[in-house]
Amino acid sequence: MPETDTQPGALRELQADAGTRKRFLKMIGGAGAAGALALLAAACGGDDSTGRRAAEGAAKTPMGGVGNDLAILNYALTLEYVEADFYDQAVRSGQITDRAVADLAKRIGEAEHAHVDAITATVKKLGGTPARRPATRFDDVIAGGPARILRTAAIVENVGAAAYLAQAPRITSAEILAAALSIHSVEARHAAALNQLTGRGFSGDGPLDGSVPTGAFASPLPMSRVLDEVKPFLAS
Amino acid sequence: MSRTPTPAPQLEAVAVEGLSRGAFLLRGALATGAVLGGSAVGPFVRRALAQEGGDVDVLNFALTLEYLEATFYSRAIREGRGLGADTRRLVREIHDNEVAHVDALRGTIKQLGGRPVDAPKVGFGDVFTNRRRFVGLAQTLEDTGVSAYNGAAPQIRSSEVLAAAGSIVQVEARHAALIRLLNGETPAPSAFDAALAEKNVLDAVTPFLKS
Repeated sequence: MPETDTQPGALRELQADAGTRKRFLKMIGGAGAAGALALLAAACGGDDSTGRRAAEGAAKTPMGGVGNDLAILNYALTLEYVEADFYDQAVRSGQITDRAVADLAKRIGEAEHAHVDAITATVKKLGGTPARRPATRFDDVIAGGPARILRTAAIVENVGAAAYLAQAPRITSAEILAAALSIHSVEARHAAALNQLTGRGFSGDGPLDGSVPTGAFASPLPMSRVLDEVKPFLAS
Repeated sequence: MSRTPTPAPQLEAVAVEGLSRGAFLLRGALATGAVLGGSAVGPFVRRALAQEGGDVDVLNFALTLEYLEATFYSRAIREGRGLGADTRRLVREIHDNEVAHVDALRGTIKQLGGRPVDAPKVGFGDVFTNRRRFVGLAQTLEDTGVSAYNGAAPQIRSSEVLAAAGSIVQVEARHAALIRLLNGETPAPSAFDAALAEKNVLDAVTPFLKS
């Protein structure tokens, strides 16, 4: 993966140099709506393999570990903002007329807001600056009616679960890992329910390639792929 | 992030017999869930595993849990009454997943130079004679399993092993959601799984930690 070529170097630089660290944290925290894509791309590069070991090395330099975890948290926060926004707009549109489905969408939306709040609080507790809420664009999806809304919700949840799964092994702090896992499995629950609602069944046959478990094991989704999935919903 | 625990008394119907540490831990986890609710199991497991052991210990605990689930569904397929076609289809699929988890965990433990624990002897009372009770217990077991994995995972040292555990727990969470839908329940009861604060659990479970 091209990302892994740059990321370890960036992480090393981050650990070694206080000035770079400061700039990096500023960038993570200061990324506004327009910077959301850059944030997603920059926050954490190497999604696979040696992440936790690298993070363990980083943990020896305390700030390195915290910086690493902050970057992952702000990445997660951006994704949660996108999800929360989506459900807000979908519920508000009144397009979902089935009462049970509308209730579910509302409940899931509330959970996503709770995730936003929890991650924001955690970032602050670690001394970081929470990523700003990105501007989103779901007009086309919502105009497409309830079936399109639910299909998009299923994609967003499966991508979200896969994104958390990819990042979990890279998290340095056991407490933050525990928090991320407690969100990861909830995203998975949402994904399963929405797969079911959209007629995909458990294994999610359909155009959700690579983001749904095809059997007994779920696949992680690296950041570049998450980016591709989320990009259409971010307003520039 | 914490919430009020709700006991899951149906877990008392689950019997686990075995001498492995995994079996002891699983008994403690189920007892914790029966007294304090599924969300208390994660912190219990995390605490218990933190006391000793490495990744093999964590994996053998997970293996014990997967044995329990695989046996539970295999018995449901054989003995379940009045399940109906949809439930039966889902139960078969979940059963196959649990068996695959058992195989994967055994393989990983061996790869790490460890010895996979034997399957414990498990009992489930007479839940298979009644669809409602079976699906009710399935829901509690799946929710408890998610909480147990979420509690165990932060103890894992190897990134590869953590990634493997993550890919299993995500599927357990999907099982939990689908079983909950069968019961007419919301797929995710809370915005956070197993988010009960560790300190709330400790006093109540300290006796089990000594086993």
